Amino acid sequence: MKADPKGVLTGSHFLDGDHACSEGAIAAGCRFVAGYPITPSTEVVERIAERFPLVGGVFIQMEDEIASSIAIQGAVWGGKKAMTVTSGPGFSLMMEHIGLAAMTETPCVFINVQRAGPSTGLPTQPAQGDMMQARWGSHGDYGIIALCPNSPQESFDLTIKAFNLSEQYRVPVLLMLDECVGHMTERVVIPNADEIEAYPRRFYNGPKEDYLPFKPDADLVPPIIKAGDGYRIHVTGLTHNEKGYPVMSPAAQAKLIPRLVNKIRLNADKIIEYREDQVEGADVVVVSYGITSRVAIPAIEQARKEGIKVGHLRLIVVWPFPEKKIKELAGKIKSFVVPEINLGQMVLEVERNAYGKVPVKLVPHAGGTVHNPKDIYNAIISSLKGE
Amino acid sequence: MQDEIYTIEETMPINPVESYLRMDRMPHIWCSGCGIGTTVNCFGRALETSGLDLDKVSIVSGIGCTGRVAGYLNLDSFHTTHGRPIPFATGLKLANPELKVVVYSGDGDLLAIGGNHFIHAARRNLDMTIICVNNFIYGMTGGQVAPTTPISATATTAPHGNFEQPFNLPYLAESCGAVYVARWTAYHVRHLTKAMKEALGKKGFSFIEVLAPCPTLYSRRNKLGDGLDQMMFYKENSEIKHGVDTKTVSLDFQGKIIVGKFVDRERPEYLELMNKHYQKKFGDKYTPYKG
Repeated sequence: MKADPKGVLTGSHFLDGDHACSEGAIAAGCRFVAGYPITPSTEVVERIAERFPLVGGVFIQMEDEIASSIAIQGAVWGGKKAMTVTSGPGFSLMMEHIGLAAMTETPCVFINVQRAGPSTGLPTQPAQGDMMQARWGSHGDYGIIALCPNSPQESFDLTIKAFNLSEQYRVPVLLMLDECVGHMTERVVIPNADEIEAYPRRFYNGPKEDYLPFKPDADLVPPIIKAGDGYRIHVTGLTHNEKGYPVMSPAAQAKLIPRLVNKIRLNADKIIEYREDQVEGADVVVVSYGITSRVAIPAIEQARKEGIKVGHLRLIVVWPFPEKKIKELAGKIKSFVVPEINLGQMVLEVERNAYGKVPVKLVPHAGGTVHNPKDIYNAIISSLKGE
Repeated sequence: MQDEIYTIEETMPINPVESYLRMDRMPHIWCSGCGIGTTVNCFGRALETSGLDLDKVSIVSGIGCTGRVAGYLNLDSFHTTHGRPIPFATGLKLANPELKVVVYSGDGDLLAIGGNHFIHAARRNLDMTIICVNNFIYGMTGGQVAPTTPISATATTAPHGNFEQPFNLPYLAESCGAVYVARWTAYHVRHLTKAMKEALGKKGFSFIEVLAPCPTLYSRRNKLGDGLDQMMFYKENSEIKHGVDTKTVSLDFQGKIIVGKFVDRERPEYLELMNKHYQKKFGDKYTPYKG
């Protein structure tokens, strides 16, 4: 399905990553946003608040992030595409409702413009410290999808992709910007609406009496309905059967929860997206995401000038993690280098999948600014020496 | 004599609100003597006489004993997280304004963990009906002190008696902006049914507090007898005072209970305000939002 042209600002713009995210949401068909002010994400909701009245959307500034993260789920069951927007402390408050969205298979989007933590940390300065929280922050087992843009253009593009994936798999999708991408201003090209894919909600269209709200299709995703259509559904965060009714038993748990995990795990190849730059034949592969993928470029270029075969694997979909790709490379290359603005998060996934076959060198950064490319360059050199 | 042999099906009385319940989920989890089921019965009867298209009525609950109400009503029903049915209902209502949205939950859920959402939804005058079953205690978790537990009553986490000032819920609701505020007890089934019907028909944030016995955890611990004893207490100690100043309706431990319809006023609700405001601001460029 193509995007609704209403509100699509086709043309070339000079936008920051936060504003580009707002435009991506509007283009994706999002018509309900609930948020709470928090730096450095506030510009997203400010633009939404400015734009929504004339595109038929509702923006509401809720009393806190807990409220925002569940108001969007009410709106989804009311039939809207919906998102909420936050940063570190607010993201922490939203964790319970990421679990609720996963459990009730409510398609919705969470935008997290990452700042340095923990706690209040450095509110106006970047980090990539919420990457593991994005995957594991809510209690229990579940699957989510997380994306990492590295430019305002990608912030626009990946916001649309986030909505589309959330509808396709009925999961919360997390767009993990960082303060740099959120506040960086660059050219953003918004295509014609008829060039933008908008994945339609998977509404059930069979006989009403046969509808089971949590009976999955072949891809493990159940079709959905909305409140008011006469299905009299029951939706609960309790462990439930296909009818949606609570069932307090290990058997019900064993039927439901693996499906929630597997609908991401078994569809991972379709979901995963990354960019490769000279990865084929490389001795060292730098694995990066978000703003760090751009900071790594001068380091990679310097090393290449010196004749070192450096590949660059940039993650766009970060969760599910491209396990196969890392496993495959681990059999061919001499080392991985993983720069990230945290003290070691996604590097754990690289290590896990490299499985001791090759050294994995973390280039940590506590946050507040980006890496000095020199540190990444040094890591490339030292990783080859086995240091 | 042959005529006197009946099958069970023929003699079993049909509950008149059965069609409003998910009978395939019975028996329910509530203890015998609990007042929640009584309130649900009243709600079924209120729905029956409300004239509402039940396909367009959604019920949202939080967590706790009353939080289970959503799962037993044959409506679009949402059993959300602890304390958050109101913000869920906010999104649901704003996404589809043609829905009648009812939040049905307990005192701990709505006014302790969910208190912030309660005051803001009332302030915004969101068009929803809030039914708060107040049993003075956390039932599901085993009898802990609540923000409604009367002074001197005991609870597992106030074993020496409660000394914290409890909320006066009608006063709180009125001062935050609710357009309809009533209090009844599980004894007052006719009044409660009428109040529920009125609240369902009211545009804006309507609030009903229903006092209900929790024989297992509140009454037994406080030596107040069983559910029936509490109902007798409600009967003998309630005084109907419609329109009374909500400041005067706070509850003491086993003291006088003021019940009645305290507030019934008009205030434009959220979407009405939003549409009016944007029409004024943007003129013809603005299409009034209808969902």
